[in-house]
Amino acid sequence: MKFKFKDRDRAEKLVRIINQKVPDRRIKIVHVCGTHEVAITENGLRSLLPDQIDIREGPGCPVCVTPTSDLDAALQLAESGAIVTAFGDMMNVPGTAKSLKELKSEGADVRLVYSVSEAIKTAKNTDKQVVFFSVGFETTTPMTAAVLKDDPPENFSILPSNKLIPPAMESLLELPDNRIDGFIAPGHVSTIIGVEPYEKLAEDYEVPIAIGGFEPLDVLYALALIINQIAEGEPKAENGYRRAVNYEGNEKSKELINEVFDVTDSIWRGIGTIPDSGLTLNKEYERWNARERFEIDPKEGVETPPNCLCPQVITARATPGECDLFREKCTPDSPYGPCMVGEEAMCNIWYRYGGRPKL
Amino acid sequence: MNESKEETVQLTHGAGGRAMGELLEKYVLNTFTNKSAGDIGLDQLDDGATIDLPGEGTLVLTTDSHVVNPLFFPGGDIGKLAVCGTVNDLAVMGAKPVALTSSLIVEEGFSIPELSRVMASMEESSRESDVPIITGDTKVLEKGAMDGLAINTAGVGFAKEPVSDAGMNPGDRVILTGTIGDHGMALMQYREGLSFRTELESDIAPLNDLLGVALEAGEITAMKDPTRGGIAAALNEMADKSGLGITVKEESIPVREAVSGIAELIGISPYEVANEGKAVITATHETAGKVVDALRSHPLGPEAREIGKVTEEWSEKVIMETEIGGRRFLEAPLGDPVPRIC
Amino acid sequence: MCLAIPGEVLAVEEDRATVDVGGVEQEVRLDTLSEDVAEGDYLLVHTGFAIQKLSSEEAEETLSLFDELIETNKQLEEEREV
Repeated sequence: MKFKFKDRDRAEKLVRIINQKVPDRRIKIVHVCGTHEVAITENGLRSLLPDQIDIREGPGCPVCVTPTSDLDAALQLAESGAIVTAFGDMMNVPGTAKSLKELKSEGADVRLVYSVSEAIKTAKNTDKQVVFFSVGFETTTPMTAAVLKDDPPENFSILPSNKLIPPAMESLLELPDNRIDGFIAPGHVSTIIGVEPYEKLAEDYEVPIAIGGFEPLDVLYALALIINQIAEGEPKAENGYRRAVNYEGNEKSKELINEVFDVTDSIWRGIGTIPDSGLTLNKEYERWNARERFEIDPKEGVETPPNCLCPQVITARATPGECDLFREKCTPDSPYGPCMVGEEAMCNIWYRYGGRPKL
Repeated sequence: MNESKEETVQLTHGAGGRAMGELLEKYVLNTFTNKSAGDIGLDQLDDGATIDLPGEGTLVLTTDSHVVNPLFFPGGDIGKLAVCGTVNDLAVMGAKPVALTSSLIVEEGFSIPELSRVMASMEESSRESDVPIITGDTKVLEKGAMDGLAINTAGVGFAKEPVSDAGMNPGDRVILTGTIGDHGMALMQYREGLSFRTELESDIAPLNDLLGVALEAGEITAMKDPTRGGIAAALNEMADKSGLGITVKEESIPVREAVSGIAELIGISPYEVANEGKAVITATHETAGKVVDALRSHPLGPEAREIGKVTEEWSEKVIMETEIGGRRFLEAPLGDPVPRIC
Repeated sequence: MCLAIPGEVLAVEEDRATVDVGGVEQEVRLDTLSEDVAEGDYLLVHTGFAIQKLSSEEAEETLSLFDELIETNKQLEEEREV
């Protein structure tokens, strides 16, 4: 398979570079993509790396950072009789009272979809209102924009909840007591946004950034680039995923996003408001906004339950193992916080792969 | 989020993973007090149970309820599943299946032509595996009281030396009889109406003949059929019950390209979905090679291979050596897999 | 954020393509991509939409990039040992 990169020989050699160049102190490297955490954990990459390298996931799980108020809005819409369509993970995240899945078992019409196209198809096959819970980062947003530009059916609307990654990365760097030695930038977000958005970050905060792909060798390569940068003392934004990322990114997709959405301040569950980090439908496309079309009661929801370490975990300031509730009281079957629900979230991934980063 | 409410049975309780184990432990095993008629009884939660016939040998008894949805799918249907599933539970206990029962619970309004199709399927599988269906029962419930059709089968077999799923020893080799994930992924594709063009097929097949051949070829210490929960559940159960560890090499685990294709697309591991025509076998390291050869020479076992070994370290855990040379745990799945946000 | 998988284009019809992703055929929308797409091209697909065109050359290039880093490092190592 020509796009698989997992040979042991190169892996050993890349690990060698990392071992040789890594400084003696603890190095904290943060990535912001659930798929990266899965790639790292599933392939047992931490078991290959020197002990002083600590890799953590930041807010790379879209369902974990979706504010409770958005979830509660989706629940309200379903309760009012609309068909609510959402991606798999969104079904299990609890809003203030319950999750979409629980509401579904009570009889509401909530449907799992794999793509916004399926939501459109659903709308075309019914007279009822169909709402698509539009969650995700820059990789997923162009698709929503594309269908809205493509003459969507009148009974279709979206609940806009899309967010942007670079501002989230910056917010992590702004937190006190959160020294970050390097970032692995998300591969497919970067396919859309390109390299440029990271350059200013790398320069302003003097932090090494390498865009990484998702094959095991891609991740090791990105790590090697970062360790190299640390060793040379020359932080910059590097493209470690050239086959999928151009400098300018995907112009068409960026255009689609700009034509349909406006950038706005956005609440990230567990973090709070991050300026200019979210998207909402612009004036021209407002009528597809479920928030405009329906009456939604904006109640204040419960963001973080007591003793839940999720806010620290998604800002890479704590690992799941440090949480008292992890595995004991907080499990995927009975989760305390969103970090145990989202399949892209650190707590959930660690749990599914044995509860610890390294064997 | 963790409000206390009256506990209710959830779908995860039936999915073959941890949740189901906990439910059984708490409400079944801890309630029944008279639980065995031989060496392997209810507490062992094996694929079947044994009944001692002093001086004669051992009977193996098993039962299963089949409630698959949809009833008809690429590669089979509920009838084929019912017969093969029970035949296989006996076969992995080391027993030669002798007879089956078939109890039908049918919803009022169910199509008779469809019922006939299911019966024909059961007949075909009964003939293929050479196991008669000798008694049964029929109940019809009011419309809405249940969903379509459920089949319960019980099977009885005879074993000279029954094989449990807990009998492996350190140093034994772990063998798979064929490709993994076929049934679960085929059903997921079909059930979810995933608009992909290539249709996957279930791997339902009766294993009595295949495993009979394997038992003759070498010294088999444990067997299990990796149905709900896949090989992840099966291997962890075997490790748990024996108190030993298992290490598997990822690169040896056979997965069809189309299966791993769909798996990657929906973010569900082929290791965690059901197989209905495969078995996990542990054999002594001296005879493992012969067992694999015997399996491969059988029409149902061309992809059979050794995938790992049994260890003393990492007791009750399953370790995977990944293709790239890393190591990580292979955990039992929690419940029904949910396609990943994508 | 998430899963985008490479697939081979089997056929193109206006703004849609039939793509073989890991042995499974999918219909993929092309309106999220700037470039033209032809049979035999490779696409990175995310939720049924194309987000990037990939090529075999670029795939090979990936390996060269890995090897380049490995080689550079090896040379530095050797220099240090001298």
